[in-house]
Amino acid sequence: MSGEPRPLYQRPLDFKRGRVELAHGAGGRATAQLVEELFLAAFDNPWLRTQNDAAAMPRPAGRLVMATDSHVVSPLFFPGGDIGSLSVHGTINDVAMAGGRPLYLAAGFILEEGFPLAELRRIVLSMAAAAKAAGVPIVTGDTKVVEQGKGDGVYITTTGVGVVPDGIVLDGSAAREGDAIFVSGSIGDHGVAIMSKRENLEFDTEILSDSAALHGLVETLLSACPRIRVLRDPTRGGLATTLNEIARQSGVGMMLEESAIPLKPAVAAACELLGLDPLYVANEGKLIAIVPAEDAALLHATLLAHPQGRDAALIGRVTRDPDHFVQMTTTLGGRRVVDWLTGDQLPRIC
Amino acid sequence: MKYVDEFRDRELGRGLAAAIAREAVPGRRYQFMEFCGGHTHAISRYGVADLLPANVRMIHGPGCPVCVLPIGRIDLAIGLALERNVILCSYGDTMRVPASNGRSLLRAKAEGGDIRMVYSAADALRIARENPAREVVFLAIGFETTTPPTALVIREAQATGVGNFSVLSNHVLTPAAIVNILQSPEVRTLGTVPLDGFVGPAHVSSIIGTRPYEFFAEEFRKPVVIAGFEPLDVMQAILMLVRQVNEGRAEVENQFHRVVDRAGNQKAQALVAEVFELRREFEWRGLGTVPYSALAIRATFAAHDAERRFELQYQPVPDNKACDCGAILRGLKRPTDCRLFGGACTPETPMGSCMVSSEGACAAHYSYGRFRDRPQAPLAAEMA
Repeated sequence: MSGEPRPLYQRPLDFKRGRVELAHGAGGRATAQLVEELFLAAFDNPWLRTQNDAAAMPRPAGRLVMATDSHVVSPLFFPGGDIGSLSVHGTINDVAMAGGRPLYLAAGFILEEGFPLAELRRIVLSMAAAAKAAGVPIVTGDTKVVEQGKGDGVYITTTGVGVVPDGIVLDGSAAREGDAIFVSGSIGDHGVAIMSKRENLEFDTEILSDSAALHGLVETLLSACPRIRVLRDPTRGGLATTLNEIARQSGVGMMLEESAIPLKPAVAAACELLGLDPLYVANEGKLIAIVPAEDAALLHATLLAHPQGRDAALIGRVTRDPDHFVQMTTTLGGRRVVDWLTGDQLPRIC
Repeated sequence: MKYVDEFRDRELGRGLAAAIAREAVPGRRYQFMEFCGGHTHAISRYGVADLLPANVRMIHGPGCPVCVLPIGRIDLAIGLALERNVILCSYGDTMRVPASNGRSLLRAKAEGGDIRMVYSAADALRIARENPAREVVFLAIGFETTTPPTALVIREAQATGVGNFSVLSNHVLTPAAIVNILQSPEVRTLGTVPLDGFVGPAHVSSIIGTRPYEFFAEEFRKPVVIAGFEPLDVMQAILMLVRQVNEGRAEVENQFHRVVDRAGNQKAQALVAEVFELRREFEWRGLGTVPYSALAIRATFAAHDAERRFELQYQPVPDNKACDCGAILRGLKRPTDCRLFGGACTPETPMGSCMVSSEGACAAHYSYGRFRDRPQAPLAAEMA
C-alpha cells in the first residue's frame, strides 16, 4: 500500500444539523472522526498531527511557567467573544502575568450530549483563530461527552506553558510601600457584556467583552520596564478583589483614587442599573501593574503607547498598612475600604 | 454619567460639608438616623462620614428589607423548596440570608431545592407560566417600593388563571418601623442615646408620599427630611436637619422633590390596597414583633397566597443571643460594640441581620468603614 491512508469513515460529520453524541467521547471511531474533522482541521499544527496522546517539544531556555484555567461561561457566545476565544485568552494571560512568553496550549473539552455540532464548530474555530492570532499553538487535547442534562453545552479547560526570560521576577508578594498602581484600561467591560445577554436580564448595550491576549503588552512593558514588581489580570472578583489579593500577599495596604479609575460610561450606567460596583466586575483583557515609584512615568508612557494600554491610568499607591486594607478616596472626597468580594454577584462569568 | 455624576460631585460636596460644619453648633450633638439601606449604602460607599464634623453622627436604621427578614420566614421558603418541591423564586440578595440549621436559600439550592434567582416579580410569573405542572412560589420581600409590582403579578395571575403561581409575602411598612424605634423605652427615655431627626426614605416616599411622616414628626417632635439616594442628596438633607434642630423645628421637609410629593403615587397605593391588607403584627429581624407593620394577601386572592395555599405555620426563631443588632438598629450601640462584630460575624458568615446585606449597618461598616476603627488611619497617599 502507498499514499494517504484510506479514511476510516464514509460519511463526514454533519456540521449543519448534527449533534454531539455519547459516542463522540467514547474513544472509538466517532471520537477519532470528531478529532480529525474538527479539532485537527481547526488547530492544525505538527504536534497535533502526530495524533499521539501527548505532545513532545524541545526544552526552552529560562524558567518554565504553567497555568491552567477552566471555562464555564454562560452564555457561550457573548458580545465581543465566546467561550472558545476566552479559553485561549484566559490561560495565555495567566502565563503572561507571571512574566512568561506563552509557548503552547493544551485544551480539554467536556461536551454535553445533544449539543449542536454547528455551535461546537463555531467555538472551535474561534479558539483556533485566537490561538493563531496569539501565536500560541494548541498542541494536545482531550474530549469527553456527558449525558444530556449533565453539562451545559461546552466546558473548556486550557493549560498553558510559557518561559520566563532570565532577570524577570514577578510575584504577587513583591509590592512595596510607595509603589505606583496602574490599570491598563477601563474596568468591568467583560462582566457587563456577559450580563447584558443573561436570560431574564437582556438589555441593549454597545459594550463588548474586553477578552484579549495580553502577552504582547506584557512583553513590551517588561522590556521597557524590567523592574515591574507585580502583574495580574483582574478577572473574577474584579479590580477590587485582585488588589486585595496582592495587598495580602505583599503584606501592604493600598490607597486608590476613585476618579482616576477608567470606566466606560455605558459600563457605569449598566452597573448603576443593576446595582453592581464596577470595582468587582470581571475583566478579561486588562492588567494591573505595580512598579517602583521611580519607574511610574516610564511605565505609564509605555502603556499609553501600546494599543492595549491606551486608556491606562495611575490609580493609586501602595501604602504601609498592618491590616492590609485597600482604601479609596471616593469621587465625593470621602474615604472607604475597598474590600474583598463577598459572595458571588455574577456566577459563571468566565 | 449624566444626571448621576452631578450628585456625587466633589466640589459640591465640599460646599455642603462646609455649610454643615458652619451651622452645626459646637458642643451640641446631632444624631440622625437614616432609615433606608439605600442611604446607608450611599453614606458608606462615598465616605460621607469623612465630610461631617465630629458632632454630626449618622445612625444606620433598619430600612434594609433583606436584613429585617426574620429567620422563620426564610425557613418557610426553604421548607417550600425542599419539602413541597416548589420552584422558589427569590431576589438575589435574599439568597445568602442565614436561616435555621446553618441553612440559607443558597445552601438549600445546593441540597437540591429548585431555587431560582429572579430580577423582578414578573420573572417569577413567567416561570410559573413556563412550568404549568409545577407549583411556583415568589418569595416577595421589600418595603413600599417593591410592593406594587408584587400586587400587580398577583392580580395578573388571578386575571389570567395562572393557577400554579403564589406569593409568600414579606412586604413590610416603613412608618410602623420608625414609630417602633421611637417608642422603644431606651430611645424615649431622656438621657439615653437620643435621635435628633431622620433622613426619610427616597423610593419608599415616591410611593407613599411625605404625608405619613407628618404624624411622628409632630407626635415625637423629630424632624424628618426625605432625601434621594445620592451622596449629595444625603448631605443636603443633613444640612436641612441641622437647621431644623438649631431652629427647634420638627417638620417634614422634602429634599427629594424631583421625585417625591406629599400625596405619593396614588395609583400604586390603590393597587396595593386592592391586593394586600395589614397584618396584625409581623416579626422584624433585629426589632422583634412590630404591630401593624406588614402586609398579607387579601382573601380574594387566597389562591395566590402561599401561606394559605400550603397552610404554612410560622415558627419564630431567635437570633444568636450575643448579637446586638436590636440595639444597633435603634442607635443605642455601634457595630463595633457588638462582640461578634468582625470575628464570628462577618459578611461571609453573618450571624445577625445588620451583617446580612451590604445595606445593613454592620456590613456597611465592615465593608466600607472599618479603617476608621483604628487609632490613627494613615494619611492618603498623594497622587502623582
